[in-house]
Amino acid sequence: MSSVAVSIHESYREKLRNNRLGLWLFFVSEAFMFGGLLAARFYLWREDGVVVRPALDQQLGLIVTSVLLLSSYFMNRAETAIAHDDRENFLSGLLITAFLGLVFLAGVVIFEWGGHIKPWDGVFGAVLFGMTGMHALHVLSGVIFILIIWWNGRKGHFSADRHWGVEACAIYWHYVDLVWIFFYPALYLIGRVVH
Amino acid sequence: MSLFSLPAVKGLIAQILGTIAGMALTTVIRALMGLPAWKAEPAWVVGALLGGVAFLFAVGAFDDWLQWMVGKETPLRHGPPPDRPAWTRYFSVDYNHKVIGIQYTVWGLFLLMAGGTFALAFRTELLRSGMQFLGLELFNNFIGLHGIVMIGGILLGVGGMANYLVPLMLGAEDMAFPRLNALGFWFNVPGALLILSSLLVGGWDAGWTGYPPLSARGPIGYQLFFLGVYFIGLSSIVGAVNLLVTILHMRPKGMSLFRMPIFVWGVFATSLIQLTATQLIGLSFLMVLVERTLGMGFFDPGLAGPGKALLEGGGDPILFQHLFWFYSHPAVYIFILPGLAVIGELLPVFARKPLFGYKWVALSSLAIALVGFLVWAHHMFVSGMNPGLRVPFMFATLLVAVPTGVKFFSWVGTIWGGKLHFPTPMLFVLGAISVFLIGGLTGPILGTVPTNMPLHDSYFVVGHFHATMFGGFVFPFFAALYFWYPKVTGRMYNETLGKIHFWLMTPAFWAQTLGQMTVGVMGMRRRIADYDPALGNGMIQAGHVVITIAGFAIAFGVLLMIYNFIRSAEVGKVAGSNPWRSRSPEWQIPSPVPEHSFAAPVTVVGEPYDYGLAGSTYVRMAAAGDD
Repeated sequence: MSSVAVSIHESYREKLRNNRLGLWLFFVSEAFMFGGLLAARFYLWREDGVVVRPALDQQLGLIVTSVLLLSSYFMNRAETAIAHDDRENFLSGLLITAFLGLVFLAGVVIFEWGGHIKPWDGVFGAVLFGMTGMHALHVLSGVIFILIIWWNGRKGHFSADRHWGVEACAIYWHYVDLVWIFFYPALYLIGRVVH
Repeated sequence: MSLFSLPAVKGLIAQILGTIAGMALTTVIRALMGLPAWKAEPAWVVGALLGGVAFLFAVGAFDDWLQWMVGKETPLRHGPPPDRPAWTRYFSVDYNHKVIGIQYTVWGLFLLMAGGTFALAFRTELLRSGMQFLGLELFNNFIGLHGIVMIGGILLGVGGMANYLVPLMLGAEDMAFPRLNALGFWFNVPGALLILSSLLVGGWDAGWTGYPPLSARGPIGYQLFFLGVYFIGLSSIVGAVNLLVTILHMRPKGMSLFRMPIFVWGVFATSLIQLTATQLIGLSFLMVLVERTLGMGFFDPGLAGPGKALLEGGGDPILFQHLFWFYSHPAVYIFILPGLAVIGELLPVFARKPLFGYKWVALSSLAIALVGFLVWAHHMFVSGMNPGLRVPFMFATLLVAVPTGVKFFSWVGTIWGGKLHFPTPMLFVLGAISVFLIGGLTGPILGTVPTNMPLHDSYFVVGHFHATMFGGFVFPFFAALYFWYPKVTGRMYNETLGKIHFWLMTPAFWAQTLGQMTVGVMGMRRRIADYDPALGNGMIQAGHVVITIAGFAIAFGVLLMIYNFIRSAEVGKVAGSNPWRSRSPEWQIPSPVPEHSFAAPVTVVGEPYDYGLAGSTYVRMAAAGDD
C-alpha cells in the first residue's frame, strides 16, 4: 500500500473511533430524556401511593413488542452481512427491518392510539401518548435512516471495511428497541389496572 | 455582492417563509380534519418549528449531510468562501473551530447586552414604588426575557470560549466533528430569534422558569419561548458531544488527561452536564408545549378535557419543577465551571507560579458536576413537594461547598508568594474571585432549609444568584476576552480603557449584589413590579436606587469594552505571538492564529503550569516538514 493510502486508511480509522464515541454519547444524552419520561410515568400513574396503569390491549402490546425485537435480529443480520461483503443478505435484512419497523409503527399509531384513551384524557392519556409518541418518532427516524442506508447500499456503497453508516444505523435501531424494552413493561405490565 | 447572498440573511428570510408555510399547513390540515380551520396556537407552534428548521437548511447547516444521504462524499471545506469577501465567513456555515468560536462569542455578547437591556428597563421601573412607565404585563415579560436571554448569552459565551480554545489548548487540528460544530452554533440563531419574537405574540409572564399551571394557560408567547429554548438546548447537546469526543480522542502525543490545561478540564465537566441534563429542560418544556397544544394533562391539575369524566383529571405541577430543576440547577454549573477554569488558567500566568494542586482542581470540576445532579430540589423547599426530600437535598447542596472550596484554596495557594502582575485580565480574575466569594458564602444560607424558608423568593436570592453568575461567568468571561483578544486579533486592546472598565464594574457590582441582598432581607420579593415604600423603615427605595445606578454603571463598562475591542482591532499595537509569556500551546503559534493552527504536530513533554521552573518545557513543536 502506498503511503497516501495508508494515511487515508488511518484517517478513516480515526474518524470511526470518533464517530463511535460520539454516537454513544448521543445515546447517553437520549437516555436522560427517555428516563425523564419514565420518571413522569411513575410519578403521575399513581393512586394513593400505589403504582397504577390504564387497561391497554395486552395482545397488541405483546405483538408490537415481539415485532420490534424481531426487527433487531434482521438489523443485526444485515450488519453482519455487510461485514462479510454479503450484499444480498445485507439489503434484504435492511428491508425486512424497515418493514417490521413500519408494522410496529402501524400497531402503535393506528391501533394503540385508536383505542379508548385519547391524549387529552388526563394523566393516562398524557403519559401514554407522550411516551409512545416520543418513541414512535425515534422509530420513524430509524426507518428513514434504514431506507437511506438501503438506497445507498443498493447503489453499491459500503463494504466490509467501510460501513460506518450501516453500523450507526444498526446501533441506533437497537437503541430504539432497547428503549421500548423499558417502555413496554412501564406502560403495559407494571401496576394495578385502573380505568 | 448582494446582501441576499449572505447565508445568514437567507436563513432569516427562510425562517419567516417557513413560519408562514407552517401556519398555512396547520390550517389546511385542520380544515381537512373537519376542525375549525384557523386556530392561532397550533398554527404558531408548527410555524415556529418549521421556521427554525427552514433557517438551518437555508443557512446551509445541513448541506454536507444532504450530500452524504445520496451517497456523495464531501471533503471538509477550509478557508474563507472563494466567491465572497473573507468577512462573510462569519455570517456563513464555516467549519473552522476558530470562526465558530468567534461566532458564538459575538452572538453571545449580543444576547448578553440584549438581556442586560431588559434588566435596565425593569430596574429603572423599580426606582420608585408604584408603576411608572412599564405595564405590569410588560414588567413580567421583561423579567422572564432578562433571565432566558442572559442564559442563552452565557451558554453562547461558554460555547465561544470552548470552541475557540479547546482544540488550540490540546494542540489538536480542529474539533472532532466540524460540521456538527457549525450546526451547533447555528441552532442558536433561530432559537434566540424565537425567544425574542415571543414578545410579538403576547409574550410570556411566568418568568424564565415557566412554571405551569401559569405557563400552561398564558399567551401564545410561551410556545415560542419553549421552542426557542429547545433549539438552544439542541445546540448545547451537540456541542457537548463534540467537545467530549475532542477532549477524549484528539489529544496529541504526551497530552495525558492530567497534563491538559485546566480550562479543558472545566469544559469537560461542563460538557458532561450539558450532554445529559439539557434533555430534561427540553422534555419539561416540550411537555408543557403539548399540554397547551393537544390538551395533554401532565402538569395542570385543573385542565379540563373531554375525557375528564371518564378518567382522572390533569397532572401535577410539582413534577414539572422536578424535571425543570434537574437541568436548571446543574445549568448554573455549566455556566460557572468554564469560568472558574479560566481563573485557574490565568492565575499561574500572572503569578508566574505553578497552579496550586492541579489534580485536585481538575477533579473538583468533575466533583461539582456530579454532585450538581443531586441537589435540584433545593429550589423546591417551599413548593409543596414531599417534605422528606428536604433534608437529603440540603445535605447534598452543602456538599457542593467542598469541591468549590478546593478551587478557592488553589487560587489562594497560586497567588501566595507569586510575582503578581496586574494587567486587565488579571484584574478581572481577582474581581471574579472576590465576587464569587460573595456568591459562595451566601449559598449555604439559602441551601439550609430553616434559613431558606424566610429568604425564599426574596431579593436575597437575586443577590446570591447574580454574585455566582458574575463571579463564576461574567468576570472570568471578560478576563478571557481581554486575555485571548491579542491571540484572536493579533493586536493588544487598550489597557487604560480596560482598567477603567474594571474599576467601574467591580465596585458597581459589589454595590448591586449587596444591595439586592439588603432589600431582600428588608422584605423585597423577587419578580415583583411594585413594592411598599415603607419596607425596611423606608430605606428600600434607597436600596433600589443604588442597585439601578450600579446596573447602569456595569452596562457602561461593557459598552466601553466593546468600543475598546472594535477600536483596538485597527489601532492596537501588534501583540506578537505570546504577549503574556504563557506556556499553553495556543501561545506558541502566531497571532492571529493561522487557518491551520499548528504547522507541525505538537508533542507534550512536561507539566502545563511549571512557571518559574528553569528549563521546564510543556509543549514541543516539530519543525515544519519534519514528521
